[in-house]
Amino acid sequence: MSVLLPGSLAEALGSLAADPDLVPMAGGTDLLVHWPQRTELHERSYLDLSGVEELRPHRWEADELVLGGLTTYWDIIEDRRAWNELPLLIDAARQVGSVQIQTRGSWAGNIVNASPAADGVPVLMAYDAVVVLDSTRGRSEVPLSGFYSGYKEMRRSPDELVTEIRVPRRAYDVQIFEKVGSRRAQAITKVGVAVTRSDAGWRVVANSVAPFVCRCPALERILEEGAAVGGPDDLLPGIREDVSPIDDIRSTAEYRENVLARLLYYDLLDLCPSFG
Amino acid sequence: MSDGRSDPLRISFTLNGEPTTVEVSPSERLLDLLRYRLGLTGTKEGCAEGECGACTVYLDGLPVDSCLVPAYQVRGRLVETIESLDPKGMAHYHARGTTQCGACTPGVVMTAEWIVRHPDRLETHTVRELMAGNLCRCTGYDGIIEGVEGALGDREAG
Ligand SMILES: Cc1cc2nc3c(=O)[nH]c(=O)nc-3n(C[C@H](O)[C@H](O)[C@H](O)COP(=O)(O)OP(=O)(O)OC[C@H]3O[C@@H](n4cnc5c(N)ncnc54)[C@H](O)[C@@H]3O)c2cc1C
Ligand code: FES
Ligand code: FES
Repeated sequence: MSVLLPGSLAEALGSLAADPDLVPMAGGTDLLVHWPQRTELHERSYLDLSGVEELRPHRWEADELVLGGLTTYWDIIEDRRAWNELPLLIDAARQVGSVQIQTRGSWAGNIVNASPAADGVPVLMAYDAVVVLDSTRGRSEVPLSGFYSGYKEMRRSPDELVTEIRVPRRAYDVQIFEKVGSRRAQAITKVGVAVTRSDAGWRVVANSVAPFVCRCPALERILEEGAAVGGPDDLLPGIREDVSPIDDIRSTAEYRENVLARLLYYDLLDLCPSFG
Repeated sequence: MSDGRSDPLRISFTLNGEPTTVEVSPSERLLDLLRYRLGLTGTKEGCAEGECGACTVYLDGLPVDSCLVPAYQVRGRLVETIESLDPKGMAHYHARGTTQCGACTPGVVMTAEWIVRHPDRLETHTVRELMAGNLCRCTGYDGIIEGVEGALGDREAG
């Protein structure tokens, strides 16, 4: 195994251009799990991002919050402005693992790790976040809702780093994040959902019910059109159109569909006149 | 600066207040460096996957699981282990049953003392939420929570 320790973004991108097989190392909370046993990972070459200081800070601009490529969950939990303006980022961050994971894990790592159960991704997607990718070839900006195309498949070329995640600052009148797991901390999500409403319309984003975290256009349409919803089961056809939950060690497809329907129904009951 | 590739990497950092320079292998975790090469065996390995918190140390003042930190990432940073804490400060944990078998205790005390040093965190978080990354098979957690509350109380009183 080997590792490169770049001290600047330009150097990191140059190294990655020269050797796109390098694996970027951020907080290591995905990459180092069971490290001693995962000897195949010791064969790889790594690009350590931790010395690229310019990737760490996040900043508030007039119309967006810009997360850096190394910004951690804890960096955002520490920012009281985020609690007021984009509270779903806080709700999700507090439910990622535990404090020891939140102080190390990065939002960009969550996006690129591309777990269908990721908790950072759904709230970012419900806020219409844009992923900024840089390489020596230039910059591309991809809406997070269009970033994934299959299980662990995404629009990132091997020579690109996620350098920013741009989150628009909008006024929201609905902001909901629900994570269902076996226990409150240190639990992988069985079913999760993030819902927002702003001038840009409704966003419904589900995790752990499809090969990747995704928006749910059929459910968004039901909310947009104000179609009558008399009970949780009325949401099932929309759910089946949007997602494809599976049976696995953590849960069953049937459980996931039903829980998703009930989470949405009871969370929205008081907010949507069409729900009764 | 780009260092050589598979070769050991020479890194400098501050360990429990002391400037420290060591060679690390690219595959070494902070936990391995501390326990097996620097002889700081107070930090324990429970799960090797970030679940149990037995390996908790402070990195730049924040609790992290040292089983998930590549050793090369601590270059230029501050690392503090359980050995840096004053044993005299442990009385309230003894008194309240925070420890039984002791396997989880170094990690538990590291997180607990971090809370005690930053009581402002309790404006937004409960002790239980902040301690959720430290698993314990013995105490049933009440002794841990009461230990932290006792230590917080002592600090306020003192
Ligand atoms: C005990 C435990 C509990 C956890 N609980 C949760 C949970 O509840 N919810 C959840 O969503 N996740 C959870 N995770 C997973 C993990 O913490 C998150 O996915 C985290 O956000 C990963 O970030 P990282 O910086 O540690 O990534 P790393 O492990 O460093 O990297 C992850 C992946 O992203 C790539 N990468 C990282 N940064 C970049 C970048 N800037 N550009 C390009 N590629 C990059 C890496 O090459 C790698 O493929 C948990 C992990 C552990 C160990
Ligand atoms: S050994 Fe590191 S968290 Fe369990
Ligand atoms: S005291 Fe035994 S595991 Fe906690």
